[in-house]
Amino acid sequence: MRLYEYEAKKILGSAGIPIPKGDLVFSADQVKEILDRVKAPLVLKPQIPVGGRMKAGGIQFVDNSGEAGEKAKYLLNSSLRGYKIDRLLMEEKLEFEEEFYLAVTYDRSKKSPLIILSSQGGINVEESSDEVITVRFSLLSPFSKYKAHELVSILKLKGPLFLSLSDIICRLTKLFYDYDATLAEINPLVRTAKEAFIALDVHIDIDDDALYRHPELKDKFGIENGERRTSKVTPFEKEAARIDGQDYRGVAGRLVEFEGDLGLLIGGGGASLTVFDAVARYGGSPADYCEIGGNPSVKKLKDLTKLILSKPGVKKIAVIMNITSNSRVDLIARGIIKGVIESGYIPHEKIALFRVPGAWEKEGTKILKKYGVKYYGRDISIDQAAEKAVKILQGN
Amino acid sequence: MSILADETTNIIVQGITGREGTILVRDSLDYGARIVGGTSPGKGGRDIYGVPVYDCIRQMNNRDGIDASIVVVPPAFVKDAVFEAIDNKIELIIIVTERVPRRDTVEILCLAKERGARIIGPNSLGLISPGKTKLGMIGGPAEDVRKAYQRGYVGIISRSGGMTTEIAFSLTIKGIGQSTCISIGGDPIVGSTFIDLLPLYEKDPCTKALLLFCEPGGTMEEDLAEYVAKNGLQLPIIAFVAGRFADKMPGVRFGHAASIVEGGKGRTQEKIRRFKRSGILVAKDFSEIPSLVRRNI
Repeated sequence: MRLYEYEAKKILGSAGIPIPKGDLVFSADQVKEILDRVKAPLVLKPQIPVGGRMKAGGIQFVDNSGEAGEKAKYLLNSSLRGYKIDRLLMEEKLEFEEEFYLAVTYDRSKKSPLIILSSQGGINVEESSDEVITVRFSLLSPFSKYKAHELVSILKLKGPLFLSLSDIICRLTKLFYDYDATLAEINPLVRTAKEAFIALDVHIDIDDDALYRHPELKDKFGIENGERRTSKVTPFEKEAARIDGQDYRGVAGRLVEFEGDLGLLIGGGGASLTVFDAVARYGGSPADYCEIGGNPSVKKLKDLTKLILSKPGVKKIAVIMNITSNSRVDLIARGIIKGVIESGYIPHEKIALFRVPGAWEKEGTKILKKYGVKYYGRDISIDQAAEKAVKILQGN
Repeated sequence: MSILADETTNIIVQGITGREGTILVRDSLDYGARIVGGTSPGKGGRDIYGVPVYDCIRQMNNRDGIDASIVVVPPAFVKDAVFEAIDNKIELIIIVTERVPRRDTVEILCLAKERGARIIGPNSLGLISPGKTKLGMIGGPAEDVRKAYQRGYVGIISRSGGMTTEIAFSLTIKGIGQSTCISIGGDPIVGSTFIDLLPLYEKDPCTKALLLFCEPGGTMEEDLAEYVAKNGLQLPIIAFVAGRFADKMPGVRFGHAASIVEGGKGRTQEKIRRFKRSGILVAKDFSEIPSLVRRNI
């Protein structure tokens, strides 16, 4: 989960890393009051859960206090990178000499935490990779300051600057660990004319799977376990999540929308990737899909089937799962057939293909047969299932 | 032969009294796996299908004879369980649990590296040496396992748990058996990657080819391509890379840090390109896998 910039900055501030003076604005009326504390020139930064704000033209600079209210109002009435702006960070605009890049993250391939430092920070940092230096460290013992010293020494900084950058590295590394972050990034970390380092922009991602042990995030920012998502959620996806939340049984409900005409209920993860590739390969075009796994209840499957069929443009649906030993074919068949009937369609016309090699196959076959739907199990591969589904949809 | 585990492997289950643990014990015993004990703190003294339950590994007799542990405790207890297994000198640990915090995984892997233990997972369905033993949920009940897996000469490593059985079955129905099949886990960071396991298969006289199920994301495939380009192919490697369609989906963007660390890798087409360049064979669709394997054994 990505924290908002202002949340990440609060965490940095309390960890002793210098941040610009600023405050949060929800409406233009608040601007005046904040101007007592934060003087122009200012910068207005929309708080949205994605990056790339500068490149998208979303950051506004304010040279004299008079313009602040109007510019804030303008931003609060607009959208940025697909997100409606509902809050701004209003900060003093700082003059600086140099931009650095500093991040702590995990190196997936080396299975280790990693510090990345560059004296060429800014919005195009990944393009100046020659200037990037990195160091890995172990999580088994506390981070040693000498590692920061070694890293900074490569940049040839001297005296107080050497010490303060090393200190910031240690503090960032500690908060990366303490907050279960998967990324703690300061970009840019600027050096001012007064020879101080200040974190101008900050990006922190917290591990969703570790949120349960961070009640302080709830106290500080009202973040509840799994509540905030950084991707845009369509009403369709929201409804799927609601259906999934009705009861705890089985995985069902991760629903994604596309533009095609074939609705898909498919096994999750690698299986869904395989089905998708196969459908596309044989010329099919998915309209939407929902991942299923484990043993979702009949009601859940019924409601999801109805939801999938409700999307305009869906001509038929295909149910394709990988070989599982625990998913019950009879429950899946019952739920899907009910959903098709309650949507006002005839099962054997609407279900292009049903391939679920699981448990209780005989019972499942019986139910399907009653409604004229052919059951496929391990007798055809995922690939063949996708091919048949596409051909049936296209009337061949 | 096989790698990592065979019919002589003595296995324990940490979290044996939970729902998953219980099913796992039943299915594994039916398949002939040697499950010699299990732990569940506070529930010592019971038994699960005849397998004795202990409060901790230290209570077990013949602790030195334990070869492997399967960890099925809830996410918050995984780190402690694996540390316990490593401290008791267990050399192979399979973490079945999903949603383990990333930091815990990395701490586990740091300790395992120091002590020379091998970790499979987290989020792994386990591994199987067909006809000999299985460690984990892989394949489900023994009857289903026997349908899908058959003893033979092809090693399988899969990034997708759900597809491990599917891919093995596609070989089995064509009469191609397997040496050892491993679900390595779907998390961003896992204990054993392709390059960690490849040398074991290369040393195994019974493995004549290696089959991989690959997915987009991460650099596991790129790392393997680089390894093979440097060390040469000792064994034919056949890969299926899922996610060609996902490549075309908009909205997948990498941040600065990921771009610096992974350098634009991770996409399906890039993985395929690097595989081909290093001599790894890539199946163009799922149905092509068995014939491609047969031609290259």
